[in-house]
Amino acid sequence: MTKQINLTIDGINISVEEGKTILEAARSLNIHVPTLCYHEDLCVAGNCRVCVVEQENVKNLPASCATPATEGMVIHTNSMKVRLARKHIVELLLSEHNADCTKCYKNKNCELQTLASQMLTGDHMFLDLVPDKKYTIDRFNTAIIKDDSRCIRCQRCVRTCEELQSVSALGVAYRGDKMKISTFFENPLFEVVCTNCGQCVNRCPTGALIERNYIDQVWDAIYDPTKHVVVQTAPAVRIALGEALGMAPGKIVTGKMVAALRRLGFDSVLDTDFTADLTIIEEGHELLSRLKKALVDKDPKTALPMATSCSPGWIKFIEHTFPEYLPNLSTCKSPQQMFGALTKTFYALKRKLDPKNIVSVSIMPCTAKKFEANRPEMRSSGYKDVDYVLTTRELGIMIKQVGLEFEALPEEHFDSFMGTSTGAAVIFGSTGGVMEAALRTVYEVVTGREVPFDGLNITPVRGTEGEVREATILIEKVKPEWRFLEGVELKCAVANGLAHAKTVMQNVRDGKANYHFIEIMACPGGCLGGGGQPIPTNRDIRSKRKSAIYEEDMGMPIRKSHENPEITAIYKDFLEKPLGHKSHELLHTHYTPRKRY
Amino acid sequence: MATSDYLIQDLVEKYGRERTSLMPILQEVVQQKNYLSDQDMTEIAKELDLSAAQVFGTATFYSFLDTEPRGKYVIRVCKTITCDMHGKKLIIQTLEDMLKIKVGETTPNKKFTLLETNCLGWCHEGPAMLINEKPFSGLTLERIHDIISEYMHK
Amino acid sequence: MSDAKLKRVDLIFGEYSNVKYKVLADTLIRSNEEILKDLLDSGLRGRGGAGFPTGMKWKFTAETPGNEKYVVCNADEGEPGTFKDKEILTRVPRKVFSGMAICGKVIGAKKGFLYLRGEYKFLLPDLLKELDQYHEFSKQLGHDFSIEIRLGSGAYICGEESALFESMEGDRGEPRNKPPYPTTSGYLGKPTVINNVETFVNVLMIMRLGPDQYKKLGTTDSRGSKVFSVSGDTPIPGIYELELGMPLERFVDEFGDGDTKAVQVGGASGFCVPRKKFKDTVIGFEGVPTGGSMMLFNSSRSMYNVLHNYLEFFEEESCGQCTPCRVGCQQLRKGIVAVKKGDKKSVYLDQLMKLSESMKITAKCGLGQSVANSFSSIVNNFKEEMIY
Repeated sequence: MTKQINLTIDGINISVEEGKTILEAARSLNIHVPTLCYHEDLCVAGNCRVCVVEQENVKNLPASCATPATEGMVIHTNSMKVRLARKHIVELLLSEHNADCTKCYKNKNCELQTLASQMLTGDHMFLDLVPDKKYTIDRFNTAIIKDDSRCIRCQRCVRTCEELQSVSALGVAYRGDKMKISTFFENPLFEVVCTNCGQCVNRCPTGALIERNYIDQVWDAIYDPTKHVVVQTAPAVRIALGEALGMAPGKIVTGKMVAALRRLGFDSVLDTDFTADLTIIEEGHELLSRLKKALVDKDPKTALPMATSCSPGWIKFIEHTFPEYLPNLSTCKSPQQMFGALTKTFYALKRKLDPKNIVSVSIMPCTAKKFEANRPEMRSSGYKDVDYVLTTRELGIMIKQVGLEFEALPEEHFDSFMGTSTGAAVIFGSTGGVMEAALRTVYEVVTGREVPFDGLNITPVRGTEGEVREATILIEKVKPEWRFLEGVELKCAVANGLAHAKTVMQNVRDGKANYHFIEIMACPGGCLGGGGQPIPTNRDIRSKRKSAIYEEDMGMPIRKSHENPEITAIYKDFLEKPLGHKSHELLHTHYTPRKRY
Repeated sequence: MATSDYLIQDLVEKYGRERTSLMPILQEVVQQKNYLSDQDMTEIAKELDLSAAQVFGTATFYSFLDTEPRGKYVIRVCKTITCDMHGKKLIIQTLEDMLKIKVGETTPNKKFTLLETNCLGWCHEGPAMLINEKPFSGLTLERIHDIISEYMHK
Repeated sequence: MSDAKLKRVDLIFGEYSNVKYKVLADTLIRSNEEILKDLLDSGLRGRGGAGFPTGMKWKFTAETPGNEKYVVCNADEGEPGTFKDKEILTRVPRKVFSGMAICGKVIGAKKGFLYLRGEYKFLLPDLLKELDQYHEFSKQLGHDFSIEIRLGSGAYICGEESALFESMEGDRGEPRNKPPYPTTSGYLGKPTVINNVETFVNVLMIMRLGPDQYKKLGTTDSRGSKVFSVSGDTPIPGIYELELGMPLERFVDEFGDGDTKAVQVGGASGFCVPRKKFKDTVIGFEGVPTGGSMMLFNSSRSMYNVLHNYLEFFEEESCGQCTPCRVGCQQLRKGIVAVKKGDKKSVYLDQLMKLSESMKITAKCGLGQSVANSFSSIVNNFKEEMIY
């Protein structure tokens, strides 16, 4: 048993495990010590100093986030000394900060603003340093905007980029009064190794890192009578949108979301889950065809393991970091882009619409999707397949803009076609979900039987945060045409967060791992922890979203992609067969090697 | 930049690929080329398996690890109060006149860069300056003339 | 000066023993317990400025389990007005290396580093020559402890011990959170003793003289001698080794130019003592501590200029990571400019004074914490010079 430490905080005695910080001890007493640089997902920096507290018989005020509790400590979290010091610190931050809050995208959703309002900063105590600062804004990127004038230099973004994502596109540069958060040589984000994952955006306490929003463009399209505006919603949006609208984490709001989108004025409210199912069919067959090439044709050029390609942050990461492994990526487009391509072809055909009058909008838990939609190769319909990508947060803003009382909305259903989906598609939103969905289908295609897991729940591949999940699925008693797979142990790996993706790829490169199929999601926990999801984020919130996803899966009448009737129909009416000519044209893509440096 | 590549390869060979080698490598590149170019920094990042932003972050932290082109001779005049009290301003003026550049600038022939720096540790013999790594203290106008003339002819 | 009133000491810069590395050889055959006991008895406190008892530091590190430990000599002397380490490394580098080698034995380290500030790179060739000799002798003595020199690159903050480790590890010199302290987690996260150049020499001298004789120098709180860097308005600037615990008045009598208005004790991060307080000020851990910098100012000097110079220094040399130091230094400097120009009323100085107090108790490391020292002592004592 770990040693217990006894201390007193604001007159209350408390015992905590050795190693716990003063902040953690205070929180367990429901004493709220303000923080800025501290973030539960990241290592402790202790640089903003706003969480200082007074310790009896100690001259200086320790930063509670960075100071372990010690035996007999007597702490005051709100003494006069502490209050003045904290106010000074917030005032100092404000003096360096472009506090033009009404012009800020994060207005009313800013941790610095909240502290300033609590502390009644009013007339600023100190000189305004902003005019001398020559701050710059990087708005050249399609996904993320970096505004140095809003930055408080807490380094959450730097730690996120390094610790969670192992990318370090952002770093700390210069020193003293010139210290700033910077890319290499202060280049714009689009020129560096940034994957657009948006994890920094999720953690930025102010408006220094935000998504590039396309809200006005979408309103323009909605109000344009000549335009038919189609919206698709990603699996992970429906379990997190509620948070952006004041609900507790972990609420499934699919029906209300659909109702809200109709009320916003979208002409057709459809579901990315449909193309998630389609992805499974295409990607599953791609995997089988690669296995056949490797095992039967013994083609040494067959790229295995095959890696999933749904996560655009991961795609850009591998393009920069492991370009020699691009052939290993599934050629399947992400569900968003398959959807976009079908919207302006199949859907247009069905609805007798001229694709040039269709505006295709997607609601994504993701900032990297904004970049993905703007890739030059994503125009296989002859038009830009997805015109605008909005994050879960942006949809939340739009719903607030029209004054909808979200919780009171009725539960409505997606339109058809391209609105029907399965539980397999829903779980795309969680790490391990694509793998599980693919296995549910692939196993059945090959053996004619359901996967041998209770209730179709392939728990061994359900990823967890902070680790690489490995699993082996034995394929046996196969159908005659798949004889070459008899007895094959399908080796799978599942990783979330690019730091773990890097580990997996290094293991593959160094020959330490012998996988057939790997699923990688750029964000912690998968899309449910995506860079476009409501703020704040932490493990607890993500685990509630995850439970909601699997709950939604269990509640779906159909839980295997190949049983989705709209999928069967689209192959019959339009695509003909998996990996067929039309599929290749519309649903598959290629990748671009990029420089890491 | 073939020559650059060789230099960094050599330095990596000499110091190793650990992160602890970063400072010595950066220092030696600056010594040989007067500054760290973006190509050099990316090359170093690649060799040490760091991100370019990390190398840039370390380099820009240190006053002597210049990330913009500098002259062959970088003159750093101490601006601490004791040197200031003993005529540093006049020294700077003289240097500016002789080199025809302002503090922070490099001569067009890329021979001299004039900078100010914090305490050089010659407070008892101020004003003082460094030319590259060589210290000069007890500076007078005559001495400045002599020193700079000598360097101009080097 | 002819009739020196202050006792000059010749401990640090005293001649080497006749036989090369004799003190080291004699010490290496003693037990660690004996060495530590002598160190603790001697009352030696770190000469970098903070004054932590050296014996305790070594003892803690020796007691920390682990087979990989380090000894680091902090030669990143950057405090304005300080140049004693340069002098020590020029004149008696052997004593420094010997002190480090003794530390290596006591704590069980096989590797030592001397972190030399980039401004002193010109010392490198001579230091390396001496280091070759050291390695030769340590081999002969069978002492498995090697020393490597690492260079800084112009960053004052790297004199802060944890920032120095960051720098050695190839990172930005940003101070770490404490705890953990270097005794348990220093260079590369391993137990590390880090001491100032002068401290290691003191250790060697204690080994040579024995604690009893060493203790005869100085006062109860401040044992031994101290190397002072004297600069500013003085006819005799330079390096002086004096006993600790001296009254400032006597120091000024000896080093001043007859018109001394203030002495800045301990550099930009130290305290400014005005003429009226010379009498009651003792230089040492019981009074005003110093890393050795003594800057004298006569009545022709503007203390506003002095303070502005210090604040500009801190503004640039702050690592920039913590709010109070990064922004506080900018506010203090711009604040006094605004008052001087009349853009702010003189009461704004009170506001700044409170800010400097907050910086002192909230900054992450000693740099930010010490800005208030010079700020409050100069503003308090020379308020009239700060105002328009």
